[in-house]
Amino acid sequence: MSDKEGLFSKKNLQLLKDPLDDNNPISVQVLGICSALAITVKLEPAIVMSISVLFVLVASNVIVSLLRNLIPNRIRIIVQLVIVAALVILVDQVLKAYAYDVSKQLSVFVGLIITNCIVMGRLEAFALANGPWKAFLDGVGNSAGYAFILVLVAFFRELLGSGKLYGIQIIPQSFYDFGYQNNGLMLLSPMALIVVGLIIWAQRARNRKLIEK
Amino acid sequence: MELANLFVKSIFIENMIFAYFLGMCSYLAVSKTVKTGVGLGAAVIFVLTITLPINFLLDKYILKPGALGSWLGSEYADVDLSFLSFILFIAVIASMVQLVEMIVERFAPALYSALGIFLPLIAVNCAILGGSLFMQQRDFSSITEATVYGFGSGIGWLLAIVAIAAIREKIAYSNVPAPLKGLGITFIITGLMAIGFMSFMGIKL
Repeated sequence: MSDKEGLFSKKNLQLLKDPLDDNNPISVQVLGICSALAITVKLEPAIVMSISVLFVLVASNVIVSLLRNLIPNRIRIIVQLVIVAALVILVDQVLKAYAYDVSKQLSVFVGLIITNCIVMGRLEAFALANGPWKAFLDGVGNSAGYAFILVLVAFFRELLGSGKLYGIQIIPQSFYDFGYQNNGLMLLSPMALIVVGLIIWAQRARNRKLIEK
Repeated sequence: MELANLFVKSIFIENMIFAYFLGMCSYLAVSKTVKTGVGLGAAVIFVLTITLPINFLLDKYILKPGALGSWLGSEYADVDLSFLSFILFIAVIASMVQLVEMIVERFAPALYSALGIFLPLIAVNCAILGGSLFMQQRDFSSITEATVYGFGSGIGWLLAIVAIAAIREKIAYSNVPAPLKGLGITFIITGLMAIGFMSFMGIKL
């Protein structure tokens, strides 16, 4: 962090805002898709997952940024992996202790935050070259962008697939009496991919500078 | 028969990409041509087949609750190190990738130049760590089972990336709506392929 800049200067706020749309980690940078899709059948695990990623990404970004002048370049990947793995173990133990049901639903995907490309990608691309405060903002911004897509996908899949949101029935019983049916296809894993594809389509139709040549 | 069943299951029914979305990042990034797809797929098979048995042994003799007691004496019988599994697995994977890279460079330079840039990428491929975590979760009974599972999942991953790379090579010639070009259409095609792969469900040898 340079002394001339204020804590919330325009440039720093940009770090927060960019990942939400123009530089979204999932739909533009193509990072962190592995874990994003498998846990979006319902809102609850998607939200818990987003919070876990927020914690791991922000903490590891700040730690790596503090250590960036001490880590030898040749072994930096292993050092980063160890830092991230330690943080993920922390998250996993906390989830097991306080939210056992959700941690069962997330199964191996909590562990997979270690290899979540968002974490490694941001560490490599940002934290190694910037100060801790900027790394903190970058972490918050990117995990918010990640959470945004995750929650959006989970919202549609839970609403259309089981008629509920966050486990609460939304579609009223009278609809079912008229013959409305839940779309079971939305609960299957392939639909997550298609929903993300449609979100990307919508985003790029609105924001045309993202269109690929 | 059990093993053959597990093998087929890990390739088709529990395909790493189509059923669990593991290794999606490199799957999307490296699938622009069939050639690079095959290279990365081969490297994934290689690393999965090597790391799974090693992690199986680690899990069985060190990490499982009470595992230390079986060979260190009964005073260690109630030690539970399972919380260390993430860090140990990822350490094994990262060091194996490094080792494999050096061995291949020394003894098979042709293969090395073909895989070259992909090998180091693999340490952070979710499919590899995912394989180890699934192995732990499913409690495989023998090291052969773990190896077969690793090999099968690797082949499944290779199949998926080669298929999408071939489709992407062809789709360059078709008229896709502009905002859907590139990433969007790849997602949707992968989704359709995944629906196709679901038809393998329930197959038993």
